[in-house]
Amino acid sequence: MAEYKYTPADFKSDQLVKWCPGCGDHAILNAVQRAMPEVADALDIPHHKFTFVSGIGCSSRFIYYMKTFGFHTIHGRANAVATGIKVANPDLSVWVCSGDGDSLAIGGNHFIHAIRRNIDLNMILFNNEIYGLTKGQYSPTTKLGKITKTSPYGTVEKPFNPGELVIGAKGTFFARTIDAEVMLTKDCLVAAAKHKGMAVVEALVNCVIFNDKTHASFAGDKATRAENTITLRHGEKMLFGKDNQKGLVFEDMRLKVVTIGEDGYTTDDILTHDAHTEDTTMHAMLAAMKWPEYPVAVGIIRDVADSNIYDVKVEEQVAQVKANAKIHSMDELLHSGETWEIK
Amino acid sequence: MENMNTMELRDIVIRFSGDSGDGMQLTGTLFSNTSALEGNGISTFPDYPAEIRAPQGTVAGVSGFQVHIGAGKVTNPGDYCDALVAMNPAALKANRKWLKPDATVIIDGDTITEENLKKAGFATLDPIAELNLDGYNVVIPDITSMTKAALADTGLDNKSMLKCKNMFALGICFYIFNQPEDYAKRYIDSKFAKKNPAVAEANKTAIDAGYNYAANTHQFANTYRVASAPLEKGTYRSINGNVATAWGLIAASEKSGLPLFCGSYPITPATVILEELAKHKNLGVKTVQAEDEIAGICTSIGAAYAGNFAVTTTSGPGLSLKSEAMGLAVMAELPLVIVDVQRGGPSTGLPTKTEQSDLMQALYGRNGECPVVVIAASSPSDCFHYAFMASKIAMEHMTPVILLTDGFIANGSEPWRIPSMAEYPQICPPIVEQCEGDFMPYARNENFARGWAFPGKEGLQHRIGGLEKDHLKGSISYDPANHQEMTKTRAAKVAKVADVIPTPEVLGETDADLLVRGWGGTKGHLEAVVRDLQEEGKSIAHLHFNYINPLPHGVEDLLKGHKRILVCELNEGQFASYLRQSFQQITFEQYNKTEGQPFTLVELKDKFNSLL
Repeated sequence: MAEYKYTPADFKSDQLVKWCPGCGDHAILNAVQRAMPEVADALDIPHHKFTFVSGIGCSSRFIYYMKTFGFHTIHGRANAVATGIKVANPDLSVWVCSGDGDSLAIGGNHFIHAIRRNIDLNMILFNNEIYGLTKGQYSPTTKLGKITKTSPYGTVEKPFNPGELVIGAKGTFFARTIDAEVMLTKDCLVAAAKHKGMAVVEALVNCVIFNDKTHASFAGDKATRAENTITLRHGEKMLFGKDNQKGLVFEDMRLKVVTIGEDGYTTDDILTHDAHTEDTTMHAMLAAMKWPEYPVAVGIIRDVADSNIYDVKVEEQVAQVKANAKIHSMDELLHSGETWEIK
Repeated sequence: MENMNTMELRDIVIRFSGDSGDGMQLTGTLFSNTSALEGNGISTFPDYPAEIRAPQGTVAGVSGFQVHIGAGKVTNPGDYCDALVAMNPAALKANRKWLKPDATVIIDGDTITEENLKKAGFATLDPIAELNLDGYNVVIPDITSMTKAALADTGLDNKSMLKCKNMFALGICFYIFNQPEDYAKRYIDSKFAKKNPAVAEANKTAIDAGYNYAANTHQFANTYRVASAPLEKGTYRSINGNVATAWGLIAASEKSGLPLFCGSYPITPATVILEELAKHKNLGVKTVQAEDEIAGICTSIGAAYAGNFAVTTTSGPGLSLKSEAMGLAVMAELPLVIVDVQRGGPSTGLPTKTEQSDLMQALYGRNGECPVVVIAASSPSDCFHYAFMASKIAMEHMTPVILLTDGFIANGSEPWRIPSMAEYPQICPPIVEQCEGDFMPYARNENFARGWAFPGKEGLQHRIGGLEKDHLKGSISYDPANHQEMTKTRAAKVAKVADVIPTPEVLGETDADLLVRGWGGTKGHLEAVVRDLQEEGKSIAHLHFNYINPLPHGVEDLLKGHKRILVCELNEGQFASYLRQSFQQITFEQYNKTEGQPFTLVELKDKFNSLL
């Protein structure tokens, strides 16, 4: 373990943070700036190797507030640009900041393909279920029926659940956090950084102006979160509630919420979280849990070791072909194959 | 066997044509390579349908390969042919219009059946009369049955024997045009002898059988020989435009010392560049086959930001999809080469056919004031040079460069005197290694190029992006004066490239009655016709452009002395419009064509004569 001993201040740029007061993005920025010193030491990454890439939207302004290398690209394309950066220089720690509109609508294609390739990017997906920067239109994660500026009579389309998309694309890492839970966010980010391959951290953030309290039913305050969310930890029982009195069991091919001591359930009946299993079935069920039937799952839902990492494989292939090649320069290539002399 | 009635010709055009599966591309390639080895100049062009295997025997399924052989350098694959080898009635029908008046036509007599004639859309059972070929030297050998007879003892099955009939036709051509068989036989051995010696022997036998048939029959009254004329001394190879483009990019990577990255998406007729680059990991090339055209350019922009020499390759529809991202590269001032192999448009258009109609899109097809450098290659082999120069300019001037080629030069091939990399200059991008105090990403050098500071370099942390930038710090700026300054600076940076590009030379007099102007892939045709007319004593000159934006210095002086100026291009007048905008006091006449085909030498000559 290295000892750079950076502080959050080392990651704060001189730019004025211009998000609205009360916006959930402030808390994520706070968590990221706290996570980076830990990531640097844990993975021996010096400051100048951190590179942040974003698309378009409120959350994509993120990169200007980080005193790292940063690239604010175009709408939806952050994952594609970041893929190029990582392949060009796999030595960099590449972080993608993107929103639900940016990565699930206009950039949906790049999102699923980055996951499919399992390229070693760390992505923070800011999900506020609304287009904020364009002032309040519904997004691909907006709840069905929601009234917004472009759905004055309510939306008639069902939303994506980002976790289901990631797991459906055989993503190797998915975590979910809530803006107000700064320490949980930080832990998820550090785990994402440690994960080799594409890591997606969905941050449920509140848009105080255009979609206020969209996550409040389960994430509104500490007491609500205790009862209505479940923080998953690998190897631990899936317990939640103020006194860990509730838990998840698997019955009739589906998850079920039970209370310890009621209907004969004991702690032994409660499922133990295995984030490392390759099988996606349980992870998909956990990611799909919706309040009020279930608590909303937060923490590291899936963290699977998979050696097929795109940028690593590209490097390996280049090295292997180079080692076996007969042609090592342009001049040799030019004279390879069939040639003839004119004298 | 040496024929006694051998006529010496300055050049000759042969077209090989058959079903998509008849092996016409290989036949043509073996013939043209043989000629090249004999010291002739050659130029070739494949003409195949967009469908992989269109219905057999139909005109839609015809695949052709044209070879132009000449004494000395040959600048184009020709249009009307001196000899046509048709493997079935459909091939004959499809190519009837490309015959010169006294052309030799060879058609496989075994294929002239009622069924085949019907498939090819003939109304009668006499294709020769129906196509009005009575005045031509038509020879109808039974190629299929003679091939089978020649291979009867080989033990091959019927299907394998039939696959050799293209080699029988090749043997006939070797006799008629006095070419040796040994190169083709060596090639067959190198391809098949190890895997399938029986097939290799059969193919070689078929060549001999065709050759002997032609020598023994009396139907070929004359044979022909194209004199070998002195080409420039050196080592040559055959190369097509797409491979030359790929190699030019790799050469630029070597000369810049930066790894080559290509993010791209398959699209006809550009795909071969990506395929070729993907082969050369031995030279450090990384290719990402992206999920779409947009990801193709965006991964490349990311790679450029991270310090690779980045390129993306596409054709017209893909260029449309990439336009927003090109704007990002302009705003972020990153080096990037975008190769557009033009095809017929708009929309999906004519994927396998050639056109020059993306010029305006290349120049202007983006939102905002968004100048980029635009360069066009003009022959299969000079794609190497212009790909190299596009790369050099992109990296040294920190700007996107669009390299335009087209389906015609991309697929065409010609002999190329192999250059030594020592002849090519170093590429020196303004890479920043360190700085004192805060790094200013938009500080500029004498070319107005900003410094290129790769992520991972200590002390150079900075943020860039698609929002307007402060002219020094690179932070977001909405300041009106700053936007004005940055707009002008981005334009000035591209204009400054004119200082490093050559002024084109006029072929001919500087005060001709007619100046023919062209750009890009029409060069070979225009030059050939102008030279012809000059030999006839006509006052005609030719001026060709490879550097489109910015235009080279001194162009106006080259235009002034001529009586009339005719701009010839394979679109409806895009370059002419661009020239009118740049030189408002000069009158430009136009000659345009959008048939998906190159100009023909004949139509150009007629047009020029009509203006002289």
